[in-house]
Amino acid sequence: MSESPVKLIGCFGSPFVHRAEVALRLKGVPYELVEEDLSNKSDLLLKHNPVHQKVPVLLHGDLPAICESLVIVEYVDEVFDGPPLLPSKPLARAAARFWASFVDKQFRESWIAMFSADGEAQVASARETKANLTLIEGQLPEGKRFFGGDSVGYLDIVLGGIAHWMEMFEEITGVPLLAEEEHPALCRWAREYTADEIVRQCLPDRDRLLAALTPKRDTFVSIAKAMATQ
Amino acid sequence: MAGEKNVGLVLLDFWVSPFGQRCRIALAEKGLPYEYVEENIMAVKSDRLLRSNPVYKHIPVLLHDGRTITESLIILQHLDQVFPDTRPLLPADPYERAHARFWADYVDKKVYGSGSKMYTEPQMQTNIEMVDILKTLERELGEKEFFGGEHGFGFVDVALIPFTAWFESFDRYSFKKKSFDRYWGVKVAEVAPKLVSWAARCQERESVSNSLYSPEKVYDFAGMMRKDFGIE
Repeated sequence: MSESPVKLIGCFGSPFVHRAEVALRLKGVPYELVEEDLSNKSDLLLKHNPVHQKVPVLLHGDLPAICESLVIVEYVDEVFDGPPLLPSKPLARAAARFWASFVDKQFRESWIAMFSADGEAQVASARETKANLTLIEGQLPEGKRFFGGDSVGYLDIVLGGIAHWMEMFEEITGVPLLAEEEHPALCRWAREYTADEIVRQCLPDRDRLLAALTPKRDTFVSIAKAMATQ
Repeated sequence: MAGEKNVGLVLLDFWVSPFGQRCRIALAEKGLPYEYVEENIMAVKSDRLLRSNPVYKHIPVLLHDGRTITESLIILQHLDQVFPDTRPLLPADPYERAHARFWADYVDKKVYGSGSKMYTEPQMQTNIEMVDILKTLERELGEKEFFGGEHGFGFVDVALIPFTAWFESFDRYSFKKKSFDRYWGVKVAEVAPKLVSWAARCQERESVSNSLYSPEKVYDFAGMMRKDFGIE
């Protein structure tokens, strides 16, 4: 079964698709990437993810589609050989799942709120975002490069989108998203993560991402100001 | 519980919480003894709860030899892993596991997401969403006895069954509000009859009937919550 071909339906720049790609690459699994235009969803996507109509969607051989990035990552971990992505010990595993869930719920809410709010509300969301990132930063094991320890693991994969975002953000606004003094460990982690040999292969193309995000520069500058407010 | 080996499990819970009920059902299905601690989360939260779940400060919390595990679906998977000789909730096959995780996630995102709007949004939109969600679940259940299919009563069944006590609340609360001269009610029996039969089958299991409260009690609780939110 693990030899059957793998197809991944994704879209450019999605941090959720990135999770699926990193997981597959860490396991050394070749895959075909199908890029969707989410403003014009293909029959393929609608057929395979009728419930949510979102990416990523994993197609493994003749099996029905697997959807939702975290579900995909756990599936990839269970089915393919290669370095384990989730911790094997029960408590560490439960903790990794907890923080993944936190990223997708509490952190994500505050992050998205920054983009849709302005003025005081935006500052409040920025404050919450920073507090959430501080909590996440606390999960980095002492003296280790990654949340997974010496190598990229589940939580690194879950947070991957943020690492890349941090780089892009500074490029667009001229200001870092996170202040080094406030989140030294997380800043260092972001650099380590995006420099990793395997991760680098599936980060979105820099120039293309810049071109896509530059029109929203004003929003990002507003967010940068909100993040910098004490 | 004479004669039962103490496996060091404590569950911090709140009687009507569907997430807490998932854990109670799972523990019963696995025949695992545990100490049940009722946390009155409507009042002041206990030190123990705040210490063991500092991020969310909510139940359920499973204490296993003093170590904490939170989030109901994570607790369920933890129990499967550390007690492999008990009845598993997730199937063994990786694809089936992914399938189960997807649908349990759907219950969390959609059933809970839409259902909890009942406290804050009296209008029609909540009902429209809920009908869609119920129909989706109905399609997924299909002709299966349980969502677990060949595996039997499993992860998704446990994830969803506690919310069925709230079906009655959807039904009754939907009837109470009329908007725009139209009358919207979510009659679950009409929208998702297979789901209703499934719920009845689940209720025949002791693990479920011992863990769930009557729709009447849940309805009263929901009413109280709506008053608190200023809707009634």
